[in-house]
Amino acid sequence: MAEFTRGFTGRPRRGGDDRLPPGQYDTGAGWPTLTAELTPTIDVEQWTMTVDGLVESPTTWDWRGIHALPASSYFGDIHCVTTWSKFDTTFAGVSVDALLEVTGVKPEATHVFATSTTGYTTNLPLDDITNGKAWIVWDFDGKPLTPEHGGPVRLLVPHLYFWKSAKWITRLELRDHDEPGFWERNGYHDRGDPWLEQRYQGDA
Amino acid sequence: MTSAPDAVAEPVASHWTTGTVREIEHLGDNFVKLRLEVADRHDHVPGQHYVVRLRAPDGYTAQRSYSIASDPADPLVELMVECLPRGEVSGFLHDVAEVGDELEVRGPIGRWFVWGGTTPSLCVAGGSGIVPFVSMMRYARRTGTEHLLRVVASAQTRERLPYVEELESYGAFVALTRENQPAPDGSERVAAHIYPEELVPLADGIERAYVCGSVGFVSFVGRILGEAGVRSDTVRVEQFGPTG
Repeated sequence: MAEFTRGFTGRPRRGGDDRLPPGQYDTGAGWPTLTAELTPTIDVEQWTMTVDGLVESPTTWDWRGIHALPASSYFGDIHCVTTWSKFDTTFAGVSVDALLEVTGVKPEATHVFATSTTGYTTNLPLDDITNGKAWIVWDFDGKPLTPEHGGPVRLLVPHLYFWKSAKWITRLELRDHDEPGFWERNGYHDRGDPWLEQRYQGDA
Repeated sequence: MTSAPDAVAEPVASHWTTGTVREIEHLGDNFVKLRLEVADRHDHVPGQHYVVRLRAPDGYTAQRSYSIASDPADPLVELMVECLPRGEVSGFLHDVAEVGDELEVRGPIGRWFVWGGTTPSLCVAGGSGIVPFVSMMRYARRTGTEHLLRVVASAQTRERLPYVEELESYGAFVALTRENQPAPDGSERVAAHIYPEELVPLADGIERAYVCGSVGFVSFVGRILGEAGVRSDTVRVEQFGPTG
């Protein structure tokens, strides 16, 4: 393979920009979407969030109940496997830690399987959603999250590629083993760390 | 969303390899067709895509995904790239790439938006969203399974719809939104988006629908498919382009 592509110089870039993971570009004010299904219409009065599986007390929250938990927000960057990154986003909701504090976590739990109202699923190591690394969010930049971006409510795991941040989240099931979710069964990486460029199955 | 992927070949861990440009054709200002010879190639399933990665002399890279237009039996892999305004990768492929150039490619990728030739399906494309369906259509033709695959394409004008002649010869339904077209009955289809009534006969008997296009197009088609009686959990989506 050639060392570089003949005639390609690429976009102007700032030296030493350490915010952009390898192979990503800054999408600026844009926010593209990646989806495999039609955007659902979700009535927040009907929506519930359940945490179950290997927890001490399986718990289901309704819209009001989850808003009664301590508020938490994320300010920072997000990265999509389709190669865009978006800097300085603000999401507000609750920390996944706050949900797990209510349910308790059994010692044998190692992974979590996230499910959306549409049936979309994704798998994550438990370590990737605990200790301030993951949120259930409903606001983006101070406004309700729009349906095409997962509104009214989505999972947010900003240190991993964004397909892990399941839109229209409704359930987190703690498990003692890993099992591929939707995109993971369809060719994408099980963990999805953008800094290690874990895009597809077979990446290190 | 149904949970099981199509019964396609077991996933192959794809690795970066070399795609040598063997043929290149510009279709107006909007599209460039690239036909690549891919080293260590794995057969694709219609609907899958490749990633193309460009590398600058300083090591900087840019990569984008492009759907495959060719039949799996084609000795070359065909990509149809829409040239986007200020497109870093599409602009290069349109303006700079030449026959003989070597590109870094990876694929085939994707096991969801694929058609294995057995499920009665309706494909609905907006503009360059037609590309994965061209692969499906060519596959259907070669395997004699055209009766299982109906294709609908929408674009502003014929010029904005790559493969328009091939689509018409396949019997695809083409809806132009900014040009009137002659209809089979001798009348004229006045420029308009697809009507739900136009989808009803095409949706009859299908078990799956595929929709590929911009975010707005996918949202629109999702709505009219519903009006035409298609269940939303049978719809598979591939969309592109920015939202606000």
